[in-house]
Amino acid sequence: MSENFRLDKIGLINRNKKISFKFNGKKYFGYEGDTLASALIANGVHLIGRSFKYHRPRGFFGAGVDEPYAIVQLYRNNETEPNVRATEQELFEGLEAKSVNCWPSVNFDIGAINNFLNKFFPAGFYYKTFMWPKSFWYKVYEPFIRKAAGFGVASTKHDNERYEHKYEYCDLLITGSGPSGLASAYAAAKNGARVILAEDKPRFGGSLLTSEVNIGNQSGKDWADNIIAELKGMPNVIVKNRAQVFGYYDHNMLVMSERISDHLPKSKKYKPKQRLWYIRAKEVIISSGSIERPIVFGNNDTPGVVLASAAKEYLKVYGVLVGKKPLIFTNNDSAYETAIEFKKNGVGSIVLDTRSNPDSEIINEAINMGIKIKFSHVIVAAKGYKKVKSAEIAKISEDKKDLDKLETIDCDCICVSGFWTPTIHLASQSGNKTKFNEEIDAFIPGQSKQNETTVGSANGIFSLEQTLKTSFEAGHEISKKITNKNNKVLVPQVSEKKFTQHDKFWCVPLPKEKNYKRFLDFQNDVAVTDVELAIREGYRSIEHVKRYTTLGMATDQGKTSNLNGLQLVSSIENKIVPSVGHTTFRPPFTPVSIGAIVGREIGKHSKPTRKSPMHSWHEKNNAVFVDAGIWLRPRYYKQDNESLFEASKREAENVRKNVGVCDVTTLGKIDIKGPDAAEFLNRVYTNAWLKLPVGKARYGVMLREDGMVMDDGTTTRISENHYHMTTTTAQAANVLSHLEYYLQIVWPELKVNVVSTTEQWAGAAIAGPKSRNLLQKLFPDIDVSNTGLPFMGYIESSLSGVQARIFRISFSGELAYEVNVESDNGEFMWKKIIEVGKEFSIQPYGTEALSTLRIEMGHVAGSELDGRTIPYDNGLDGLISKKKDFIGKRSLDRKAFTAKDRQRVVGVVPIDKKTSIPEGSHLVIDANAKLPNPKLGHVSASCWSVENNNPFSLAILKDGKNMIGKKLFALSPLKNKSIPVEIVSSHYVDPKGERVRS
Amino acid sequence: MLHIKCPHCGLRSQNEFAYGGDGTVKRPELNKKVSDKEWDTFVYLRKSPRGKHTELWHHVSGCRQWIKVERDTVTHEIFKTAKVNEDI
Repeated sequence: MSENFRLDKIGLINRNKKISFKFNGKKYFGYEGDTLASALIANGVHLIGRSFKYHRPRGFFGAGVDEPYAIVQLYRNNETEPNVRATEQELFEGLEAKSVNCWPSVNFDIGAINNFLNKFFPAGFYYKTFMWPKSFWYKVYEPFIRKAAGFGVASTKHDNERYEHKYEYCDLLITGSGPSGLASAYAAAKNGARVILAEDKPRFGGSLLTSEVNIGNQSGKDWADNIIAELKGMPNVIVKNRAQVFGYYDHNMLVMSERISDHLPKSKKYKPKQRLWYIRAKEVIISSGSIERPIVFGNNDTPGVVLASAAKEYLKVYGVLVGKKPLIFTNNDSAYETAIEFKKNGVGSIVLDTRSNPDSEIINEAINMGIKIKFSHVIVAAKGYKKVKSAEIAKISEDKKDLDKLETIDCDCICVSGFWTPTIHLASQSGNKTKFNEEIDAFIPGQSKQNETTVGSANGIFSLEQTLKTSFEAGHEISKKITNKNNKVLVPQVSEKKFTQHDKFWCVPLPKEKNYKRFLDFQNDVAVTDVELAIREGYRSIEHVKRYTTLGMATDQGKTSNLNGLQLVSSIENKIVPSVGHTTFRPPFTPVSIGAIVGREIGKHSKPTRKSPMHSWHEKNNAVFVDAGIWLRPRYYKQDNESLFEASKREAENVRKNVGVCDVTTLGKIDIKGPDAAEFLNRVYTNAWLKLPVGKARYGVMLREDGMVMDDGTTTRISENHYHMTTTTAQAANVLSHLEYYLQIVWPELKVNVVSTTEQWAGAAIAGPKSRNLLQKLFPDIDVSNTGLPFMGYIESSLSGVQARIFRISFSGELAYEVNVESDNGEFMWKKIIEVGKEFSIQPYGTEALSTLRIEMGHVAGSELDGRTIPYDNGLDGLISKKKDFIGKRSLDRKAFTAKDRQRVVGVVPIDKKTSIPEGSHLVIDANAKLPNPKLGHVSASCWSVENNNPFSLAILKDGKNMIGKKLFALSPLKNKSIPVEIVSSHYVDPKGERVRS
Repeated sequence: MLHIKCPHCGLRSQNEFAYGGDGTVKRPELNKKVSDKEWDTFVYLRKSPRGKHTELWHHVSGCRQWIKVERDTVTHEIFKTAKVNEDI
């Protein structure tokens, strides 16, 4: 298909490179430098999609970020991306896009029936209709609405693209490379500031790309090109295009998304698709320009109705005509530039100007060029369904209330201009108190909260001369504050056409007996009547009107609609716009892909993986790993076709019968030193620590101030003022912060230092009746007898020349030791233990067997110490010293904590001795009681007792002390189980603890 | 993301710190008789002021020092930071 709407001699596209692409399956051609929008318009395609609610035909409205219509589903490199604005998507070879929100096709869309039923879809329709019956919401209404609503379809596949994050610091961040951004960047860079200049479009220059002005003795565009070239060559400047600063956060942190590969058929090797920049700027200059706003008239959403500035941009940047018979509808001078550009390229237009008698340089030029102008005229309604065919126009009275002389004239596009709205989003996000400017009928930034300055048309300044003057000044003054330099650059001479005052006219009244839909929000189909209804129904706050009507809530966030919405509310309410106020501007300014936000933190990169020094041995020996916090720990070592149950049972049995070895490197380790270390431990733990001798370990429990158990572990006195504390794997970091808090804030007088040594030591637990024999072989130089190294004893020795710490502590309830060596020697130690242990039938055991062993012994661990239990609940009340104070002690006196029927840990055995009890089951008296069944307790941990060969669980049970021998039911609605159980002592094996002391 | 001046390390990003709550809470002295009400107030009751607030922050991914921060809870403005043994 030929490009009927492309001109030969105008535009910035590369005509030497033709690009083919597909839209809705049909093949077209465009050029390098086109957007998908400009290429489609060049091919005469104006029907892009369907609207959200009424499924009305949708074309193009703008040429950039403000685009409310042209949203497509994009296909690129076997991936798909929803809700891409065709006006921003650059063309690449092989691009494929499809219409959204229409079925079966954009030309024949069944949903368009909504358009004829629109009386039934007023504002708040969903709120009013889907209220009842309540049960219908999940089954009928929501699935239906979900299917009908929404634009594109998100891919369910894994995104193979790469996204990156980057942190950057600068003196000055400048957002936008129009005349104001370039001027302030240049002035600041020349004055020595470290500058980042960000432009969201591919081309730098902003309005200079399309306006007929001269700066110095060059055209505006040449001036922009030269400034950019010079900035790019400066070492203190970063210049980025395709980079949208979308969020302004606290303390001058701004976030920018840079589209690195979106304009390419596929990302280059080693290049990300997008990069998210976190920029901490000392100062920010917002030069984000302004967005043209529409005038509201009948059927103003018909494809072919475009912003006048967009028509000019398509013409001057892409050499594309939005139509060959344009009507231009304006209340101000800037649209005349569009009329003049059309004329220069051989297209005559008719200008309808709402003003009765405006007089300015540009209007005179237009008249002299022979452009037809009708003053005091308006467009009443666009005619045509899938494309504008004609327009109903009228003369409007001086008071703008009455229409006269209605007539229909032919046209193929309507270029509309209702003046300019400063883009104040970033300023407002920063906390700036915006103010209403009567002269331009729009909000501009006011009092700054952070270090931010807005320049140019974003600040309501529309004359180029003023813009350059103030922007050069701002760039210089702000950089001077930072660099203390005073290198001033000259402000160039400017020649531009002077404009006259615009007309504060924004909405065309309806002619008598006509009921045209006049849209405010084009993406969400919010019409004038919807806002009127909301106000009739009592909505007053603009925030409520927004949510009730969905005005400004679509993916374009109302960039073209918000101000007209405010005008409407204020005119109905008879208030002035500033007292209505605007809705809150929230980041992001434009949609940001989830991939960019997540960055590299996906899969294995979402958190660090910590591995013990013995990890590779475990891997080679068929360990199946489990996540323990951020550690990877062997869960069990698989032999042949063993299941988890079989393997862990074998490993646990071997510990009870022979000897096993378990990697306990992950346990938290904290080195505690100082003359007051004993006193400190005495305050941290519930039991007494002052008399612990050197060379001995002690088990301790620490509480939070609210009396709940925080953590447990053993601490060993290595020497007079040196202790080695162990914590659970999960609580290691919290315990260190906890200790630091008390040492630094509560008891700074204590001379104690704490430091984490978790990663400095590799640990192996050797457990089982044969562990002493093994230990003796490993350490032949020391006496490991019950008197030489008694229970809770500590000794240092050498393991074949490697320094080792040996603790006689036990988690399994068996005779057991723990050997620590420096991490680098961990694998050596492990291999040595395995090698020497062979004759004692040693087997490694994983966390599953470890749990089995501790559960049947009745040792409480993380599942009982869950932050909701006090020492009594865990059977640890014997460890509470009566003689001294410690963290959390006062809380233990609380009434509930001393209640007679206080919960306590118990053992649970199924009566049939066969059925395993799911963890989390509730213990109840009557399995069939009416719901909610009163709960007496919950099962915290379950195992297969290898000692007794039947299932065994621990539970926290109300009045547990007096429940031993009682029969209850364990209910697990999740597993649909109801199991008769008997309550027994939590110490199911070796209740007197003889083995550990043997 | 806040920018917090650690009195030991200088300006650092918020993601190096952990929030530590009200910085004006004083723990009752050890071995002192404390009424239920006094203890309850210490453990549970915290003001949630709108405006200036003296807080503790822990420079966990930095020098591991707890610090005092005077911050506005509405605007997030940080007026002053200090070492824990200094008055703010």
